[in-house]
Amino acid sequence: MSLELKSRVPAGPLERKWDSHRFQMKLVNPANKRKYTVIVVGSGLAGASAAATMSELGYNVKCFCFQDSPRRAHSIAAQGGINAAKNYRNDGDSIYRLFYDTVKGGDFRAREANVYRLAEISVQIIDQCVAQGVPFAREYGGLLANRSFGGAQVSRTFYARGQTGQQLLLGAYQALEKEIAAGGVTMFPRTEMLDLVVIDGRARGIVVRDMVTGKIESHAADAVVLGTGGYGNVFYLSTNAKGSNTTAIWRAYKRGAAFANPCYTQIHPTCIPVSGDYQSKLTLMSESLRNDGRVWVPKQAGDTRAPGDIPDAERDYYLERRYPSFGNLAPRDIASRAAKAVCDEGRGVGPGGLGVYLDFADAITRLGAHTVRERYGNLFEMYQRITDEDPYRVPMRIYPAVHYTMGGLWVDYNLMSTIPGLHVIGEANFSDHGANRLGASALMQGLADGYFIIPNTVGDYLASSRLPKVDTSHPEFRLVEAEVAALTRRFLSVGGTRTVDSFHRELGKLMWDKCGMSRNAAGLREALERLPALRAEFWRNVNVPGSDSELNQALEKAGRVADFLELGELMCRDALHREESCGGHFREEYQTEDGEAQRDDARFAYVAAWEHAGADRQPVLHREPLEFEYVHLAQRSYK
Amino acid sequence: MNFTLHVWRQPGPGLDGRMVRYEARDVSPDMSFLEMLDVVNERLTERGEIPIAFDHDCREGICGSCSLMINGVAHGPNPGTATCQLHMRSFHNGDEIHVEPWRARAFPVIRDLVVDRTALDRIIAAGGFISAPTGSAPDGNALLIGKELVDTAMDAAQCIGCGACVAACPNGSASLFTAAKITHLSLLPQGQPERIRRAGRMVAQMDIEGFGGCTLFGECQEACPKQISIDTITLMNRDFLRSACAPARAVVESD
Repeated sequence: MSLELKSRVPAGPLERKWDSHRFQMKLVNPANKRKYTVIVVGSGLAGASAAATMSELGYNVKCFCFQDSPRRAHSIAAQGGINAAKNYRNDGDSIYRLFYDTVKGGDFRAREANVYRLAEISVQIIDQCVAQGVPFAREYGGLLANRSFGGAQVSRTFYARGQTGQQLLLGAYQALEKEIAAGGVTMFPRTEMLDLVVIDGRARGIVVRDMVTGKIESHAADAVVLGTGGYGNVFYLSTNAKGSNTTAIWRAYKRGAAFANPCYTQIHPTCIPVSGDYQSKLTLMSESLRNDGRVWVPKQAGDTRAPGDIPDAERDYYLERRYPSFGNLAPRDIASRAAKAVCDEGRGVGPGGLGVYLDFADAITRLGAHTVRERYGNLFEMYQRITDEDPYRVPMRIYPAVHYTMGGLWVDYNLMSTIPGLHVIGEANFSDHGANRLGASALMQGLADGYFIIPNTVGDYLASSRLPKVDTSHPEFRLVEAEVAALTRRFLSVGGTRTVDSFHRELGKLMWDKCGMSRNAAGLREALERLPALRAEFWRNVNVPGSDSELNQALEKAGRVADFLELGELMCRDALHREESCGGHFREEYQTEDGEAQRDDARFAYVAAWEHAGADRQPVLHREPLEFEYVHLAQRSYK
Repeated sequence: MNFTLHVWRQPGPGLDGRMVRYEARDVSPDMSFLEMLDVVNERLTERGEIPIAFDHDCREGICGSCSLMINGVAHGPNPGTATCQLHMRSFHNGDEIHVEPWRARAFPVIRDLVVDRTALDRIIAAGGFISAPTGSAPDGNALLIGKELVDTAMDAAQCIGCGACVAACPNGSASLFTAAKITHLSLLPQGQPERIRRAGRMVAQMDIEGFGGCTLFGECQEACPKQISIDTITLMNRDFLRSACAPARAVVESD
């Protein structure tokens, strides 16, 4: 195939790459910027910050979101915090250490140059957000406060109670609304991107559906930026919002954008356990709780005593025991697998034995209930509302749940996909987190991409490309519109007996069982056989009521689930081909004697980028080798 | 548990709607209110009927999408709780439950329980921000902000923009929503330069959108899932008064 993965990492020493690259980039004259139209899809941290900043620079921006307001994007739900290498604590932090922690935390499967740039920009993000009025927690003296997060031994996480994502998103949203009022951004809420339009090899627009009227419409542009989030909802149950979906990036994949590392999924260790079949989503309890909460299960399998009746000597604080130097703050993938391991041994707690305790009794004794309430009050309330249990008196019960996808569309150093002019930012791309993301790094990446990277690199693309004028009268738009309309009609015409949700639940269970927290070749092969059958059943027997010319939530869901049904297969294929364990990808066949992930750097130190080869053909694997010049490749140890 | 629901069904904007009765059977007390509606919708779909449309997304009480009037109370019976965090254990077996959309002139119904709340976005666009173009910020610690002050600002900043305050208000006023943003930004030192102009513009936009005036009923703070206090409205009124007394250029200078 013709696809080529050019990472375009600038030459020169690591700490000079971004600076010298910015100098090398071509600029667009301020007076010419308004002649360019840039489409931004998604209004989360990455999308909103990108749209606002590019409008501030003078570009003509169109921003799209499927929610009724840009403020509702799922970044809003991020709880714990955002990392930055400020070293305000004088505890040994530095840009280099944040870079090192992130590469190591990602189990050496990320591109060094991208991660270093992220660490570099992290300090500017905090400043930017403070200037916008984000009410970060402060000390009594008026200085910014910090807390610790998993995978780090320094305290570098900035936070706004347990609502950091909300406050950061509102900052970006307010900047976006400011630009909407100024006329630089046109906002399209309740509008879903359903396809990408590629003309002469370049991304030149999108086809969308107005979710209120059902009208299919085209929008042309000089560059397209996707900030459409992750695809964790392929598992049906996840901590993602109900609407979070893969459709934008999946349809871009089918138009030629390579999909990188689709199997890298983050299972978050601290979520509220599933309580019944009707469950529609899972709720995260912030990782920050592990600062003060202690994770334990009974030493004895089948111990059904109430937690308060189990004496300390009969409890197994397994994270503290197995990882004495990081303890309860071991990285997410490790903490999740450890929880699964103790539950598999029959030592899990709560209904069905799928849970472990997160206990605040010691913290309450040490700090007092007041301080604990101040740090985590809203999380405790949320827990109590859902479970009807009071975590100030009985330990929380938690269990791992799908939370984030490190995989996504492949991008080069400029965050451009394999389709020229199509840029991908935030969780939607694959960059920066390797095989496992550290806590408080998603907000950092989304805002680094949106505020500081993409406004520069899109400018460079526009200034250095010959872009003939294209508008929506171009025949390619007609063609794609017709395809989108045909697909919509197809959903409505099946007239089967099963609801969209029933297919989604079945897909989710299959993915969780075979491509979840741990995977093996036999299970993945089985999933690869069952998925095409499930897809066929979907197209034969799905029931999508209503019409295409009105608000139709079943139709919206059908489109998303159809894409998840295809994506699931690519995830399993990727997981099967990667014959090693790394980060969130744990293959049972490849583990050390004490059950840790065993990488195979000789064979798999690369990014797996999959190219769509047509509906009935196997995707083509392309490899981007990863070179580690600065961080020494080693077995991760948090012991 | 079993319930009898009466749900507002309206096929589209500007069309006639009516309350329709549905039976919800075998509901677990641990279901959220929206999960109960999911189950009703599954049954409706299987019977070939059109499912009930309602806004929802994060289902953890933070995105502000969900917006149901339950037995005449915005977000239902539990204080400080958005609809998605309301569980069926808060009801009694056999209860009749009336479910309606937010009702306000500024929130036209789109379909069933879904309303158009973009008026709230336009209030923010009118001035609910601090102008800080990317790249121009000083060090985050260059500005000292006392803990108590930032905590008070945060109490107001927690607003999730759901619009329950509007739905609960007999006047259909968006004062609590607007005041929460004004309070968040106007308490902080970063928000001072635009403070007076912000209040003037946001309040003016509120009127343009067709929201009613505030007569301090206080229903809004009872309905608010984040329990934002009407004290914020006092601060808004003070800033608004100052904007009304300020020289005209302070309010409209950049028009």
